[in-house]
Amino acid sequence: MTDLESRPTKRSIPVPNQNLESKPFWDAAKDGRFLIKRCSACDKPHWYPRTMCPFCASTDTEWVESKGEGVIYAFSVMRRGTAPYAIGYVTLDEGVSLLTNFIDYDLDALEIGQRVRLKWSPTGQSNPPVFTFAPV
Amino acid sequence: MKMSVKGKAYVAGIWEHPLRYIPHRSTAQVHAQCAKGALEDAGLSFSDVDAYFCADDAPGYGAWSLADYMGLKLKHADSTRDGGSSYIVHAGHAAEAIAAGKCKVALITLAGRPLGSRAGLGEAAIRTESVVPQGSHGGVDEVPEAGFEGIWGYTTHNTYAMCAMRHMYEYGTTSEQLAWIKVAASHHAQWNEHARLRNVVSVEDVLESPMIADPLHRMDCCVTTDGGGALVVVAPEIAKSLKRPLVKVIGHGEALKGPRGGLDLDLTASAGVWSGQQAFTEAGITPTDIKYASIYDSFTITVLMELEDLGFCRKGEGGKFVADGNLISGVGKLPFNTDGGGLCNNHPDSRGGITKVIEAVRQARGEAHSKVQVPNCDLVIAHGTGGWLGTRHGAGTLIMERE
Repeated sequence: MTDLESRPTKRSIPVPNQNLESKPFWDAAKDGRFLIKRCSACDKPHWYPRTMCPFCASTDTEWVESKGEGVIYAFSVMRRGTAPYAIGYVTLDEGVSLLTNFIDYDLDALEIGQRVRLKWSPTGQSNPPVFTFAPV
Repeated sequence: MKMSVKGKAYVAGIWEHPLRYIPHRSTAQVHAQCAKGALEDAGLSFSDVDAYFCADDAPGYGAWSLADYMGLKLKHADSTRDGGSSYIVHAGHAAEAIAAGKCKVALITLAGRPLGSRAGLGEAAIRTESVVPQGSHGGVDEVPEAGFEGIWGYTTHNTYAMCAMRHMYEYGTTSEQLAWIKVAASHHAQWNEHARLRNVVSVEDVLESPMIADPLHRMDCCVTTDGGGALVVVAPEIAKSLKRPLVKVIGHGEALKGPRGGLDLDLTASAGVWSGQQAFTEAGITPTDIKYASIYDSFTITVLMELEDLGFCRKGEGGKFVADGNLISGVGKLPFNTDGGGLCNNHPDSRGGITKVIEAVRQARGEAHSKVQVPNCDLVIAHGTGGWLGTRHGAGTLIMERE
């Protein structure tokens, strides 16, 4: 049983895995740019980013910069484990929903529908930061 | 009449990747490229595909990652691992499924980069402790969603919990209503001498148990147990030569669901919407005909959503449906999980599917515990959800009839 009193207050987020398809995203993240994919054939955005559009199978997809703003679609605060943390989906203003963690929030004050904004969290050394979100 | 694949299926599309060294693409990309090539050769497109077959060269867990990557909407999936011969076996299994009317367009893919995976990324090829689907092939980096999702600490608890949160937000479902599912399971478990938890609990007990992942309490979660089970499925002539009650399969359905590109995300419905519809259509019956239901209860929310998805009540009305003992045998309208289910009895190796079929067969045979046996139990259903309800999951539905 974990000693709740002595737990760390923040979950440390691991370094994200990269492959050849996702590398441009993480390279842009290092420059503070948050990219999503949009299909040039059907004009729909998608998440997570792929070379092939999951809606029309076109490989004519392009990276576009997102403003990184949206609303909480769903969330859950994990109360057990090494440190409490909030996982959730954010629906970006561009229309796609993504899985993330919330930071800089009151553990008991998150709400579905609440507006949130991208706030990069470092993962150490020369690693890329990750796309966490915080209440506006 | 003898059932055979003879003449029931055709190989309509083929495509072999032209390269022998692929350092510049992800493995998922190569799978998709092969898929596209074979579909184009056949004159078909991704939207025509209703069945997908892959082996353990496919990154991710079973068919989930690649099906979601390619945006497939499936009635049938098969990730049988049979080494290098997998794809021949898959072609045979595809023919069986097509002959049985389970699907019409089956896609089979193979791709791997034993040479190219060592090049390309160089210093960027970072291996981390991210959550990875078990049994992934080709390393974590090749699971296409891993870098974007594995870092957020997703567990079964908090991904199912997010679905509960959204269901509460959209439909006003309450923790008290969810608790009734555990209460009903505990009423059944008290009669099962092998059950992990045999105490009858109240709604208050559930609500007072520690919060694990909002809004799920400890008693909203299933037990962790060792154990196992087995099933034997036979041909009609064998069944009739044996001395056991005749319980026949009359309907089956399966489906996968993931975030599907992140547009129109809906965490309040599972793949059971599709697997259930297939099974009921094949069986030629409706949910009101069902006398007993084994419903996968990894968490209370799983049961509530599955009941809605299968059509036992309308979407959003699951909370009302499960309340006030409606799932308790002898008390309510739909007796469920009379062995105590995963919530109280057993969840061997964190996989509850087989015990769902076992208890449904006991009920159909009239061999359940006398305190929970449903009278004249001639039509039963076993339904399950595997994986992460809030990210990628599969659903299977089996309807059986006692002759």
